[in-house]
Amino acid sequence: MSDLLIQSSHLTKTFGHKAALRDVTCSIGRGRIVGLLGPNGSGKTTFIKILCGLLQPTAGTLAVDGEPVGLHSKAIISYLPDRMYFADWMKATDLFDLFQDFYADFDRQKAAEMCRSLGVEPRDRLKTMSKGTKEKVQLVMVMARKAQLYLLDEPIAGVDPAARDFILNTILTNYNEAGTVLLSTHLISDVERVLDEALFLRQGEIILHNSVDNIRESEGKSVDSLFREMFRAVPMEGGRF
Amino acid sequence: MDWILTDDRPIWMQLSEQMARRIVAGQYAPGSKLPSVRELAADAGVNPNTMQRALSQLESDGLAVANRTAGRTVTEDTAAIEAIRHRMARQVIGEFLSAVRALGYTREDIIKLLKEEENHE
Repeated sequence: MSDLLIQSSHLTKTFGHKAALRDVTCSIGRGRIVGLLGPNGSGKTTFIKILCGLLQPTAGTLAVDGEPVGLHSKAIISYLPDRMYFADWMKATDLFDLFQDFYADFDRQKAAEMCRSLGVEPRDRLKTMSKGTKEKVQLVMVMARKAQLYLLDEPIAGVDPAARDFILNTILTNYNEAGTVLLSTHLISDVERVLDEALFLRQGEIILHNSVDNIRESEGKSVDSLFREMFRAVPMEGGRF
Repeated sequence: MDWILTDDRPIWMQLSEQMARRIVAGQYAPGSKLPSVRELAADAGVNPNTMQRALSQLESDGLAVANRTAGRTVTEDTAAIEAIRHRMARQVIGEFLSAVRALGYTREDIIKLLKEEENHE
């Protein structure tokens, strides 16, 4: 078992002539909650998709748990996409069956318990559920796995502030302690308290990677304020066009 | 229980101070068992690693004791708790004095004001 869960070296991804990730080099350890922070279009989702093998990098290397992305990494990664991908005729209990078949680390009993505490009836069909309830089901499926790496792409973007706290608490109380959570968001003030580390992306490049406590100690301000300052300068660059 | 977290300082420091305040105020009695890191973290809505760091600070301050199997307990050393309580009170008084002096009150004025306030209560 490698000490570092994620090791990315000069990772680059281009779509046509547009670079979504540029020379991303970073390493992330185990047992951490890491925020992948950046404005829209900064490469957050691209990075996550490369980690779970949905996109191939154009250049550079990436190792998860010491191995290149592949069978092993897929078995230990639990991924929450930024959109719903389940068939709407299914019930949550059908999804339990599906996940039990696919993932050795899926804990069905835990999923049922989480549904209960989130107020979701697992025998309802997905199409009868509200958008927020569907998102909760999706989160339950992801967090009920005893994974090494949880990749959560915008887990709180679509829900109201009360549900946000609820979802963050669900993440906090349910992630596998030896595992790492990497969550992308632009709602920094909401997630700041739960993060160990923050990773700032701008136009596909890492511009900051440090612990939240270090940032607060050295800057004397919250990660949220720092983020607002750093990205306030961005509109000026529009002057080049 | 309420946790107040401000933006300007590391979260673990603030958590550690608030735990210390609870201990000196007797909310957690000397020798009693403290809730687990996970419970406290969930209650404050913070990362368990952050809470862990806050509790380690309590240990180095001498307010909490780690036991190998039974989690953490509040120290039984009431003299140590009292010393820290005294230090905290002095700090609050110091802040009060500089704030009132900034309003132009002298030492005698302040004592007079405090006595008046006492009669009001």
